[in-house]
Amino acid sequence: MAATLETAQQVQEYADDGYKYGFVTDIETESAPKGLNEDIIRFISAKKKEPEWMLESRLKAYRHWLTMPEPEWQKPEFPAINYQDSYYYSAPKSMADKPKSLDEVDPELLATYEKLGIPLQEQERLAGVAVDAVFDSVSVATTFKAKLEEVGVIFCPMSEAIERCPDLVQKYLGSVVPYTDNKHACLNAAVFTDGSFVFIPKGVRCPMELSTYFRINAENTGQFERTLIIADEGSYVSYLEGCTAPMRDEHQLHAAVVELITLDDAEIKYSTVQNWYPGDEEGRGGIYNFVTKRGACRGRNSKISWTQVETGSAITWKYPSCILQGENSVGEFYSIAITNNRQQADTGTKMIHLGKNTSSRIISKGISAGRSDQTYRGLVRMGPKANGARNYTQCDSLLIGDTCGAHTVPYIESKNQGAVVEHEATTSKISEDQLFYLRQRGIDEEAAVALVVNGFCRDVLQQLPMEFAVEAQKLVGISLEGSVG
Amino acid sequence: MLEIKNLHAAVDGTEILKGLSLEINAGETHAIMGPNGSGKSTLSYVLAGRDGYKVTKGEILYKGQNLLDLSPEERAGEGVFLAFQYPVEIPGVANTIFLKEALNAVRRHRGEEELDAMAVLKVVREKTKELGISEDMLKRAVNVGFSGGEKKRNEVLQMAVLNPSLAILDETDSGLDIDALKIVADGVNALRAPDRATLVITHYQRLLDHIVPDKVHVLAKGRIQRSGGKALALELEKNGYAEFAEAAA
Amino acid sequence: MSQKINPVENFVSGFEAIRATLAGNDLPWLDSLRRSGIGQFEDIGLPGPKVESWKYTRLRPLEDTTFRPVTLADREAYIDQVPTVLPSGLGCPRIVFVNGFMRSDLSCLDNLTEGVTVESLGAAVARDPEWVETHLGRIGSLEGQPLVALNTAMMNSGVVVHVRRGVVVEQPIQMIFIAGLTEEPVACYPRNLIVMEEASQATLVKLHAGLGVSAYLANAVTEVDVGDAAILRHYRVQSENMQATHLGSLHVRIGRDATYDGFGLHIGGRLSRTEVFARLEGEGGHCALNGAYLMKGREHCDNTTVIEHAVPHTTCSEVFKGILDDESRGVFQGRIVVHKDAQGTDGHQLSNVLLLSDKAEMDAKPELEIYADDVKCSHGATTGQLDETALFYLRSRGIPEALARNLLIQSFVAGALDEIKCDAVREAMMSKVVHWLPAKCFLAEEWTEE
Repeated sequence: MAATLETAQQVQEYADDGYKYGFVTDIETESAPKGLNEDIIRFISAKKKEPEWMLESRLKAYRHWLTMPEPEWQKPEFPAINYQDSYYYSAPKSMADKPKSLDEVDPELLATYEKLGIPLQEQERLAGVAVDAVFDSVSVATTFKAKLEEVGVIFCPMSEAIERCPDLVQKYLGSVVPYTDNKHACLNAAVFTDGSFVFIPKGVRCPMELSTYFRINAENTGQFERTLIIADEGSYVSYLEGCTAPMRDEHQLHAAVVELITLDDAEIKYSTVQNWYPGDEEGRGGIYNFVTKRGACRGRNSKISWTQVETGSAITWKYPSCILQGENSVGEFYSIAITNNRQQADTGTKMIHLGKNTSSRIISKGISAGRSDQTYRGLVRMGPKANGARNYTQCDSLLIGDTCGAHTVPYIESKNQGAVVEHEATTSKISEDQLFYLRQRGIDEEAAVALVVNGFCRDVLQQLPMEFAVEAQKLVGISLEGSVG
Repeated sequence: MLEIKNLHAAVDGTEILKGLSLEINAGETHAIMGPNGSGKSTLSYVLAGRDGYKVTKGEILYKGQNLLDLSPEERAGEGVFLAFQYPVEIPGVANTIFLKEALNAVRRHRGEEELDAMAVLKVVREKTKELGISEDMLKRAVNVGFSGGEKKRNEVLQMAVLNPSLAILDETDSGLDIDALKIVADGVNALRAPDRATLVITHYQRLLDHIVPDKVHVLAKGRIQRSGGKALALELEKNGYAEFAEAAA
Repeated sequence: MSQKINPVENFVSGFEAIRATLAGNDLPWLDSLRRSGIGQFEDIGLPGPKVESWKYTRLRPLEDTTFRPVTLADREAYIDQVPTVLPSGLGCPRIVFVNGFMRSDLSCLDNLTEGVTVESLGAAVARDPEWVETHLGRIGSLEGQPLVALNTAMMNSGVVVHVRRGVVVEQPIQMIFIAGLTEEPVACYPRNLIVMEEASQATLVKLHAGLGVSAYLANAVTEVDVGDAAILRHYRVQSENMQATHLGSLHVRIGRDATYDGFGLHIGGRLSRTEVFARLEGEGGHCALNGAYLMKGREHCDNTTVIEHAVPHTTCSEVFKGILDDESRGVFQGRIVVHKDAQGTDGHQLSNVLLLSDKAEMDAKPELEIYADDVKCSHGATTGQLDETALFYLRSRGIPEALARNLLIQSFVAGALDEIKCDAVREAMMSKVVHWLPAKCFLAEEWTEE
């Protein structure tokens, strides 16, 4: 209980902070020329010293990408993206020769992560969380590698995995999210620069939380990381992902792809606290966060659980999904999305039930404030063979102020009489009675809102690993700053 | 402690309080009794500063300062506590967290040092013990799924923790059985002190058997119609409010 | 049948062929309304799966069948008994259309309350063209609505109901559209106009009944204006034949303190889609949109509704129950929109579906689109099968399984039928539901009568 009291206290403390991750690291970088063409892709592939098959697969994706129209069905509106006006590769110069250990990493980079609250060095010694830190287009440090390798867990940058375990990469990369899936995922397949690779061998329960910290630093740079996590039979891993970016006036594109695969009896728990720079009050700048995240429960009794706290980005567009193939497999999606000022978010999940007795649970909490607009979009599909499949969806929206929008768009498709789908959604405003009650007890209005919102999000916050829960609760307070009164 | 002079207040443009005057000194307990619709709850909301309750005339002095200038949380910080007739549910927020937030907010206002989680818990546990409240209630979300009696006990617990100078109890007896009523009354009595004042708002006399007031006022038609001692309450119990309804008409 | 046809071209040439024979073709405003309809239709074409609101419904019958517009000759089909919703013993007034044209010999409009006009669109245009002009095409928008545009071009008949200020009509009025019984596939385009003036009240019961087995297309558009403080109870039964394509749309405007209470029962049609667009335009307005659909064989039934709260303090409620057997498919798309200033909106929506077979399919898309903060809105959607425990319970009390199933289906559908305020209509609808149930369980009827 003491711990929970503590977190609430921190919420209070941080409620007066603005976006505090907006600083820029002054570091010499090496970039590919602006724009996108086959030469750029060859450049990226060469920089990464990739084998021929990898370059071929990138080029194939790029050529397909050229033929794909821009998606139009989503709710957020934004000007067309000029793909030629962006850099597709940017890396700190000091990373040209891969440092062998943390001691060789540029101190400026270490300082950056320290400032972000991710002290890589200390983390290695104290916290017991393994971190892969991705800075613009490259992974700058992965901690705890040696310790993990003792139990056979591979946790390394994607570029390294292509070298070290090409068989696994070739077998699984693109097997959950094919390059033909959607325009942004296709672009990622062509130009992805780094990301994390995780392999948990049979029967291993990963001894610590794995975590990747993404940071966009360079100007006009898109970040296209690619994450692949494979949990072999009977294994378990909990993976955390955090993201920040400096405050810049122009929009930056983040088009990541995450693929998860669980075999029999394996479980992956994937948690995200997404706090990309959301732009200023007038909607200038901020990240376009167009991400494709999908997990395949290939094995029997396997489980994939997505938990996300989305407070950042100018536009968020993502649907962490589960393809439930294995019998008795389980998919979960717990989400908190908070939008303020001019932010737009179109987020939700897809639960595709293919196997027998598969079950899924969706808990989504959306909070809209300011002049923001938020859409929950979710698909639950019960395939003809999904006998005994179950889904439960609960989707609640809270509105703060009368200039924001909240929309709920679930798609429910059932082709199986033995499958049960239940969906509930509510939209309401923050209650005057609650605010007055809290204020009568001495709590000021902004703190009262943060408290009510935290309570509203409780079901989801509980799903987060401890370290993340604290950060997430703080974010709730920060993100809603200035939304009342 | 509290001085209300010729108070007029309106809700949605309808005048509910029409020239109410009242003075309560430190150490005193006053009871306001009145029929339904007489303005009892309006008075409590005006004292606590609820939006939508518009004071059109008159003034309220609290410890010598103009109470109407203060926001609800400032009033709470100054020691005004309202025990709600219908305590509000706050889903997902544990009682302990709520109490810690409230207590530290009030302490900050009073220039006192904030307490850390353990210290708060100690205070809260002490008070639950004194009041005979089950600790189980602390872990649950504020008022969510509480029975009527539990909600009212929770109000008394908050009052004990926040340590107000002026406690206003709005129909705290409504919906309580006699045992619950006694627990609530004991809690209120335990807080009586020379530097505090209590205003008990009620429709029925029975609460006053347990919380014995120094003065009783009859509120009808938006004004105090009559004031007296404890005996007045008994008289009302016997004769009802009809006389005042007519007198005011 | 297998030959691909160009339906748009087909419909356009059909229009050119009959244009000169359409009611009121000499009225310039009406002619130009029709022309703009066909123009819009030609521009947009038929909605395909790329259009979000048509994601789950394909207009296949329009791609594989050539429909010719109905002619006066089609009106003369022999009908020995007029299908109705309400028992004839109640003596309710009725207006009957056969293949799109009114049949005076089958209608009976003698006992109408004073202040109520019920007539065919053709008759209304001939009698009072100015009044029709001020009301027709005012509520339904052609924008992005190719089927409304097509109806606007082709409309020739349909019913016009006008209830004058303060008039309260006690007896339900039946509007009956009979189709089928033609040699070749035909298309008819009923255009209905219902105008409820201030503080008027009425109950209208509309039936689309298909006789025989020939294919036809019914493309109906109904415009409803519920004036301030008026109450309209609008109950519809779609019981087309198994070759029929029924594409109906309903456009409702609800005034201040007015109530629109709509219910649709769908028990037929190869393909049916009913769109309802209701707009609450005055404070205190209430809109109820309820319905039930029972599908079997390879029938496809789509209910798409949009309720817009345009002003503060309006309410809506929506309850839909679906039963899908065999290889049938159900679609429910329900959207509640709360506009920016529509504070104090209260809106609730519920969609429950039972799948009775492994091949049946349900697609639901309940949507909330909200731009105001002081609102209470919710929706719920479920799909599943009959409750095995309940089934077992009934059987353990000696009820045969088939009958127990029927009882459970009946009770499930009753959850929607209970929303019907008019007892006579509710009972009539329930008897339609009972008749839909598998015949081997005839006992169910007796059961309800006890």
